[in-house]
Amino acid sequence: MARNVSTQRKLVTTVVAWAIGILIFFPILWTFLTSFKTEAQAIASPPAFLFFDWTTENYFEVQSRSNYFKHFMNSVVVSFGSTLLGLLIAIPSAWAMAFAPTKRTKDVLMWMLSTKMMPPVGVLVPMYLIFRNTGLLDTRTGLVMVLTLINLPIIIWMLYTYFKEIPGEILEAARMDGASLAKEIIYVLTPMAIPGIASTLLLNIILAWNEAFWTLNLSAAKAAPLTAFIASYSSPEGLFYAKLSAASTMAIAPILILGWFSQKQLVRGLTFGAVK
Amino acid sequence: MNLRTFLLGTCSAVALAGLAQAETLTIATVNNGDMIRMQKLTEEFTSKNPDIELEWVTLEENVLRQRVTTDIATKGGQYDIMTIGTYEVPIWAKQGWLLPLDKLGPDYDVDDLLPAIRSGLTIDDKLYAAPFYGESSMVMYRKDLFEKAGLTMPEAPTWDFVADAARKITDKNNEIYGICLRGKAGWGENMAFLTATANAFGARWFDENWKPQFDQPEWKNALEFYVKLMNDAGPPGASSNGFNENLSLFQTGKCGMWIDATVAASFVTNPKESTVADKVGFALAPDTGLGKRGNWLWAWNLAIPAGSQKADAAQKFIAWATGKDYLKLVAEKEGWANVPPGTRTSLYENPEYQKAAPFAKMTLDSINAADPKNPAVKPVPYVGVQFVAIPEFQGLGTAVGQVFSAALAGQMSVDQALASAQQLTTREMTKAGYIK
Repeated sequence: MARNVSTQRKLVTTVVAWAIGILIFFPILWTFLTSFKTEAQAIASPPAFLFFDWTTENYFEVQSRSNYFKHFMNSVVVSFGSTLLGLLIAIPSAWAMAFAPTKRTKDVLMWMLSTKMMPPVGVLVPMYLIFRNTGLLDTRTGLVMVLTLINLPIIIWMLYTYFKEIPGEILEAARMDGASLAKEIIYVLTPMAIPGIASTLLLNIILAWNEAFWTLNLSAAKAAPLTAFIASYSSPEGLFYAKLSAASTMAIAPILILGWFSQKQLVRGLTFGAVK
Repeated sequence: MNLRTFLLGTCSAVALAGLAQAETLTIATVNNGDMIRMQKLTEEFTSKNPDIELEWVTLEENVLRQRVTTDIATKGGQYDIMTIGTYEVPIWAKQGWLLPLDKLGPDYDVDDLLPAIRSGLTIDDKLYAAPFYGESSMVMYRKDLFEKAGLTMPEAPTWDFVADAARKITDKNNEIYGICLRGKAGWGENMAFLTATANAFGARWFDENWKPQFDQPEWKNALEFYVKLMNDAGPPGASSNGFNENLSLFQTGKCGMWIDATVAASFVTNPKESTVADKVGFALAPDTGLGKRGNWLWAWNLAIPAGSQKADAAQKFIAWATGKDYLKLVAEKEGWANVPPGTRTSLYENPEYQKAAPFAKMTLDSINAADPKNPAVKPVPYVGVQFVAIPEFQGLGTAVGQVFSAALAGQMSVDQALASAQQLTTREMTKAGYIK
């Protein structure tokens, strides 16, 4: 039976939840609003909230100056490509760790996570040299590979926790019926773990979409994704906040919309296994 | 094989050869008005040079610096032309990372480049980078506020006058602050301003034996003067203000004076962006009577990384972008006020430019007053006015900048800040082998 909660208490909770929500969302809203201001209005003090002359000039300016579509396509290829490749590698390895653990499984998991503990700039020069020598600098293939490697520990960890929730007996039953290992993973395990896989997929697309260090450093003109597109509008000498906001809005809009439509999946996946 | 097939084959072979010759130059550059304008005008270049295609990589200054440094240090070869500052040019040229620009063509007129700018880009009599635009620093002030306070700004003010005027103009109740200066930590932020200002106070980073000089009275005078002035007449939270923050304060009418890059002049006088566009006057950066003014010298330059396979095409482009005809082209398309400033003598002799840019004379005088080879009153072992052209300076300048920013914020005293700066600079310079 649900607890008896007074209306007042409900009201307070609702107000607090909304306040926190708005606080977190505010920078994005502000960026969005600023993108419709003129440069002078963007720095006006006190700032104008809604009552200013709305203009789409910044979007036209950004569009005429840079090739948004090229950067967008690069972002799509790099984020989806790296996530799918990552899942392809991670599903079998998470299976192994969840259903056929050895003495060293926990250590291997920790070791994988430890690669995330070093600041990426520490390996920038060696990575750059490897990329240079293999001709991968400024290619989408190179970026897909590096982002796959970077996000792989997270993908494996997430999938490992989801797989742990699935009773091993079901897989055993499939094996008893003569299913091969590949069939067991593809036809039995994967369908059961769909919510977990979906949320891993989404989270990693978002992470890869927003990854700025490697995508900026290993790309130049051809493979530069939206992170480079935003970086080209930031300027320490000169106030171009309105244009920068327009560029940011254009860069985050696709991923924001994707997140919006899939939030049910995302939330279900993230809380998957919370109730036993 | 009949004649027709033969001819067709020859034609396609010739066409293929032509295609193969079309070279793509990748140019890394910063996001500022003059560079963006150049990108828009490059069709003029490609239509005259159909065998060259251009690809632009525009990045924020700090991102660009990291990006091109990685590339050039590893000989990554991602860029054929790089936009770099006067700080990098001497260091990189000595490392052998840049190609000398010796094929700029007979019409280029190297002697027309402003001597102060050119000398910073020349190593062993060879030009290693061509200046695209140059800047110094100067005082921008509000003529109306000066008039109201009964003050007249001299063309070449002293620091005492500036400080006195700043205190008189300040009206904190109405959010008007006498002076806005950089306080945000960083070698290119507060340390650019403070290093240049310290020169006017007779201070220097190092003596002839690379011994740090923060324990000397000149630095104490300079830093004490700055902190006190900013506490009395500066805006609140000045320790987090850099160029952009001060620009926004000045444009919204909150500063009586602002000492910063000459390039700001075109922003603050632009009625579309600035609420005080018609009330701004200019003066040289202040001095203290010791013979040096606190004005810096900076230029954004185009250079070619060593090992570039497309050096000839790259030089052709650099000659176009930094040549005299380019200035004329910008004037034709966008007006004289938008021509990239601070590189060529002939521009400042042009009466049309003088008319269109009220800040032209002050910019030229400021640039000419800077001497990167002898920046301080006392002799120094380094080159650079608002920086020290050694690879260690980026880290050192930022570390010292953090300490000085903390002194401005009141988190430590001026004496503590100087002692800490002296200590950390001595440690780093000893580690780097300058101090034996």
